[in-house]
Amino acid sequence: MTRRHLLSIDDVDEGQIREILATAGEMHDVQHREVKKLPALRGRTVVNLFFEDSTRTRSSFEIAGKWLSADVINISAKGSSASKGESLRDTAMTVAAMGVDALVIRHSASGAAHQVSQWIDAAVINAGDGTHEHPTQALLDAYTLQRHHGDLAGRHIAIVGDLTHSRVVRSNLLCLTKLGARVTLVAPVTLMPSGIASWAAAEGFSVSSDLDEVLAGGVDAVMMLRVQKERMSGGYFPTPREYTIGYGLTRPRLDALVAANPEVAICHPGPMNRGLEISADAADAAQSLVLDQVSAGVAVRMSVLYHLLASGEPDRGYAA
Amino acid sequence: MSAPDIARAVRRMAHEVIERNKGADRLVILGIPSRGVEVATRLAAAIAEVEGTEVPTGTLDITMYRDDLRRQPTRAPLPTRIPTGGIDDRIVVLADDVLYSGRTVRAALDALSDLGRPKAVRLAVLVDRGHRELPIRADHVGKNLPTSTSERVMVRLAGVDEADEVRIAAGETP
Repeated sequence: MTRRHLLSIDDVDEGQIREILATAGEMHDVQHREVKKLPALRGRTVVNLFFEDSTRTRSSFEIAGKWLSADVINISAKGSSASKGESLRDTAMTVAAMGVDALVIRHSASGAAHQVSQWIDAAVINAGDGTHEHPTQALLDAYTLQRHHGDLAGRHIAIVGDLTHSRVVRSNLLCLTKLGARVTLVAPVTLMPSGIASWAAAEGFSVSSDLDEVLAGGVDAVMMLRVQKERMSGGYFPTPREYTIGYGLTRPRLDALVAANPEVAICHPGPMNRGLEISADAADAAQSLVLDQVSAGVAVRMSVLYHLLASGEPDRGYAA
Repeated sequence: MSAPDIARAVRRMAHEVIERNKGADRLVILGIPSRGVEVATRLAAAIAEVEGTEVPTGTLDITMYRDDLRRQPTRAPLPTRIPTGGIDDRIVVLADDVLYSGRTVRAALDALSDLGRPKAVRLAVLVDRGHRELPIRADHVGKNLPTSTSERVMVRLAGVDEADEVRIAAGETP
């Protein structure tokens, strides 16, 4: 089996992460050029296979592929044979049989991308599988924070919110700790996954249920996670209001954060529930990097597509 | 070539560039990483010495434009830095260390056309070793080095390497 996928940050070592981020820096410049096009992936075909809704991930993969001159096709479950009951395996094999070079896949089942990578010959990029991982989101978050703060070694980053249902958190934890950052995961006990301590073999990660205490300890960045209403079958917290009081980035918390560290970075992978996990004041604050994250998304995905697809050599990618 | 040989060659090329351009006006020098950047820097310094004008310099990475991307393991791209003012309607002098097949220059021309529309593009190389595979020639050459394809031309420039030196290394006999 050749290595040619991006399924999990677990498969990517620190040097490879730094390489992806460095290439993303060069790709970022293309966004400001008059001719936003590089010929590196001319003649390659990338298929976005999305079984779940997405705006920014799907469109940024599409833009990334197109700016590298690849042909990009979008398939969403709604309106495809998947809605007629076709299995994931049949859908993936069908698309692969058309001769595509890469499949970017999002699916509600954890491990879906890994499964698909076992069935087909094309490169597989995990664009979110259930509550497991979302590696390109972690890479773009790291890229955004690195542009803001410089090297992340020794930085303290708090990831706050719905840890149980978030795929972003696991990828981010792995990615940030590999880059040497210290990560604190903050959530109400009900939204804390069981076995969280076994998540990262990495050093420098801790867990807390007291947001104010963590913020008072000093942070370089706070990453607010979306409260995923669609994955909640109820009972995780009494009322949205109560969640906001305990774990939302409210105006008073924002003011305290900025007073303690004017350089603090506020991130959110989007889409935001304004007024729930993040107040409008925080989302639009000068310290908010939410839109930088979106623009970084294109550059980082260009970098990933380039590293996976540009060479015809078999030994590429990050998954065994 | 020894260090003084290289310095003399660069100085002569600077004079040629100025003469051809009738001054240093509207010039932009772009070096192709990695050693072309050092050639560009030295050329600009030599022109500044003669004319007293600072010529904008930058770097032009051609990794994405290579015609052998698929045959090689993935290469990480190097920086492209275009000076403020851009390249539109400028005289762009591309600088590189060795001119060989001409494929790098072909890629550089493609890369340039995505960045703007220069009035003219010229090519300055420290060493021309022959064996072109494309209809491309240099405008300014530091030294013509007739070589066999089995030989390797080693260019080392302080700034990238420890010292200045150009030498021909014997390759494996076919």
